[in-house]
Amino acid sequence: MTPLSALLRKELRLEWRTREAVPAMALFSVTTFVVFHFGLQRDAVDGALAAGVLWVTLLFAAMLGANRLFVSDSEDGALEGILLAPIDRTALYAAKAIAFAAYLAIVEIVAVPAFYLLLLGPSAGGAVPGLLAVLGLADIGIALTGTLVSGLATRTRSRDLLVSLLGLPLLMPVIIAAARATTPLLAAAGPGDLPGRWLAVLALYDLVIGLIALAVFDFLLED
Amino acid sequence: MYGKGLRTLSIATALTLTGAFALALFYAPMDADQGFLQKIFYLHVPMAIVSLCGFVAGGVFAIQHLRSGDRRHDLRSYVAIHMSLILGVGTLVTGSIWARASWGHWWLWDEPTLVSFLIVFLLYACYQPLRFAIEDPDRQARYASVFAIVAGAFVPLNFMVVRMAQQKVHPRVLSASSNLPGEMWLVFIVSLLGMTLLYITLWRYEMAAKNVRGQIRKLRRRLGADVVAGRSAAPQ
Repeated sequence: MTPLSALLRKELRLEWRTREAVPAMALFSVTTFVVFHFGLQRDAVDGALAAGVLWVTLLFAAMLGANRLFVSDSEDGALEGILLAPIDRTALYAAKAIAFAAYLAIVEIVAVPAFYLLLLGPSAGGAVPGLLAVLGLADIGIALTGTLVSGLATRTRSRDLLVSLLGLPLLMPVIIAAARATTPLLAAAGPGDLPGRWLAVLALYDLVIGLIALAVFDFLLED
Repeated sequence: MYGKGLRTLSIATALTLTGAFALALFYAPMDADQGFLQKIFYLHVPMAIVSLCGFVAGGVFAIQHLRSGDRRHDLRSYVAIHMSLILGVGTLVTGSIWARASWGHWWLWDEPTLVSFLIVFLLYACYQPLRFAIEDPDRQARYASVFAIVAGAFVPLNFMVVRMAQQKVHPRVLSASSNLPGEMWLVFIVSLLGMTLLYITLWRYEMAAKNVRGQIRKLRRRLGADVVAGRSAAPQ
């Protein structure tokens, strides 16, 4: 068993046993859709408005999850154990990021159908393949950035505040590209074409943030 | 050591900046569309450029800090970002005034440079909250450096994405250089030089102040006084 798969199994098992982050994120997403219904005073949304509601909700739910990523490790002392083990620190980052991406995917399995049911018109069914591509690329970006920010903010005095404060500006390119790519998919007249260049932007963001995170993450664990 | 030559540098800065503004007012030709209003360009654009370069410089110092483990590089990075934030406030305010006067709105979302600058500013505004939420000085320096590197690399990425998102293109000062008259270019270059000097001078003053504070702290400690570190990036 490689260190990466061991760490990943530990992350997933911990989440399976405690069920701390994922149910809270899913519940938060559904509640936020209801909040948007009343805040916007609309029974159904489409186009840019629908894309905005979906992505703002998913992004805020992701920030909620990013807050928790390192908390149990650093409070219960698992982090020291992992750091004492003779393994590459990058494995810890990779395991956390993969686990976080998996949490986001699970949350979206609940949140996106809920969004269709609660806020979208019935004609939006054909958008699913395109939406899956956008969701996948955006999840990778959110997971990479969220894990880095969480590692940066967890062992500070004001971690809950800092994760969102740092994460939202850093994720601005993701929300720009994801919202632009999703807008034609959720158009009132039925799904339009998926704009490929916004997928390319998402992929580029994932690549750049991934490389930066790999370069600097070790320094967050040096003591 | 940071105090050396500060007097000469300050005088040079004051002269260049005064000269630049005098040139902007009396020498540079009036803009055909915008008239006198366009003069804010000689303040706003150099400020924005210097501020962004300062953020990137903060990232470069941070890389040096992580590579060498020398805390002085961290202090340089901290002061560079601090000064850039101050110029950043100036950039946002002057940009807003310019937008109000020439387009009639205090804020324009279809101006990519303005929007990217706001995002970058919001990100860097978290630098100090992050830094001073960490007690241990070594960890504080290391985490701040990690942040400075990530944010420094984020600056060009963010500018690219925001620019792509805007269909309409507004006056792009630097790429429109070909249709900027020669006199305007000259004045702009002098203003940019003045602003760069101002940045370097402020940076040097702040570095000198931080070092003096660190030395005083050291002397006090030697006298047996209780020294409370408090919220300061100065050497312990």
